[in-house]
Amino acid sequence: MNKFLSEKVTSIKPSGIRKFFDIVSEMKDAISLGVGEPDFDTPWHIRDEGIYALERGRTFYTSNAGLKDLREEISNYLKRTQNVSYDANSEILITVGGSEAIDIGLRAVINPGDEVIIPQPSYVSYEPCAVLTGAKPVIINLKAENDFRLKPEELLDAITEKTKVLILPYPNNPTGAIMEREDLEKIAQIIREKDILVMSDEIYAALTYKEKHVSITELEGMKERTILINGFSKAYAMTGWRLGYACGPKEIIQQMTKIHQYAIMCAPTTSQYAAVEALKHGDADVETMRQAYNQRRRFLLNAFREMNLECFEPYGAFYVFPSIKEFNMTSEEFATRFLREEKVAVVPGTAFGDCGEGYLRISYAYSIENLKIAIQRLKNFVEKLRNE
Amino acid sequence: MREELLAIIEKNSRIDFSELAVLLGAKEEEVLKEITALEKEGIICGYHTLINWEKTSIEKVTALIEVKVTPQRGQGFDKMAERIYNYPEVRDVYLISGGYDLLVTLEEKTLKEIAGFVSDKLSTLDSVLSTATHFILKKYKDHGTILNEKNHDEREVITP
Repeated sequence: MNKFLSEKVTSIKPSGIRKFFDIVSEMKDAISLGVGEPDFDTPWHIRDEGIYALERGRTFYTSNAGLKDLREEISNYLKRTQNVSYDANSEILITVGGSEAIDIGLRAVINPGDEVIIPQPSYVSYEPCAVLTGAKPVIINLKAENDFRLKPEELLDAITEKTKVLILPYPNNPTGAIMEREDLEKIAQIIREKDILVMSDEIYAALTYKEKHVSITELEGMKERTILINGFSKAYAMTGWRLGYACGPKEIIQQMTKIHQYAIMCAPTTSQYAAVEALKHGDADVETMRQAYNQRRRFLLNAFREMNLECFEPYGAFYVFPSIKEFNMTSEEFATRFLREEKVAVVPGTAFGDCGEGYLRISYAYSIENLKIAIQRLKNFVEKLRNE
Repeated sequence: MREELLAIIEKNSRIDFSELAVLLGAKEEEVLKEITALEKEGIICGYHTLINWEKTSIEKVTALIEVKVTPQRGQGFDKMAERIYNYPEVRDVYLISGGYDLLVTLEEKTLKEIAGFVSDKLSTLDSVLSTATHFILKKYKDHGTILNEKNHDEREVITP
């Protein structure tokens, strides 16, 4: 049978997260801090709008690019939150989650042999999506001492004649790192000089805890060389609705729309109607959730400080990324033992790139009550390891 | 800090100062000072417990009573409200816009006691023009909390 399989596809490793998932799902009474999605239900008024769309019989395809109303609301949203103007007719494409936008965005711009720069630790799909297009992924290993921000010298080292795209994954999953305006200015300057494209995955843009998120598209000359990716999953707790979007220069959006048209047709219609409601009346919900995440973030950081577990302060997404280097074991060994002995699931940092070795991703998309139980177990485990 | 602090303790008044300080990213003594100020200013008026009485064997009847009154010269509805809320068995009194003036809630052990209050005390007040009493049959949600809610995490245990 193997002779029928695509070599390119078989060359891709299955996600490290999947492997760990299989171990966790065997254990019945384990508690998990391994989830990369909000614990909140989608706010009721948004769900209600989805239900209403079904009741009215809005069960057909929408246009390939997505509902006009939705594209206009996205345009308004980006204007009011980031002061960037995108034309609803030609510069916005509604996709099946941010993940589809990553996939077709790369497919729309890559020729075989082009290089895609991917800073890691980062979300699991950039590298395989790049490989599938025939691109060569060039990995930048981000450093804890820089709070996992991308530094200009790291970028310069990675750029070659063949570099086509830089993937910019901030606010970051799994580290929780952000890029502030002055960090982005330095990166943007290099990007413009070297004439490279950026794919900026800003799916966690609404969830930052220092200053308001800055998009690289806000900087001079960057909107015209950036594919901006965002979506509804994280900000509005809508993961299962599978709805995201890409914004960018109309030439790129046009090509992406072509792939989307043939591969997907259009994003789910019910979800699109619900998303219009989210953008129109959802700002207060996002703020309430952001405040809850921020409280949990402070709670975890304080708990790590109390148990002397090294962790930089993350200002975005809903993850903390503590170091476990003092225990002289791999992230996977730590996570496996922690699960077996204390029945708490966390994700080894290596699931997000080799440089995640020595770190764990801990999600705080859980109630404080749950976090308290998990932290107590982590404390027990850490004390046990220190006494071994 | 004030608004966020109030939002937290409105849902959990038993939280201790040190934990509050962590959640708010503030110092413990700042939190203590703020809470003392809030109590002094009458913004925090009490620390109550939300109880689902239906699950106990204790009988309780709750009634919402719509009351139409004649406002008093110079004092509007305040004087009437005061006369009503001074009865210890009255739980809440609100001034309402629309078809009637005051909404009074009452909690008693039996229907008879509520009937007694309405006919003997409330209706006999000079300025009360009429009353309409509604009995609560079932409580689904109270103070923003869904009673009998099942807490089950529907998510997969590990997701990217």
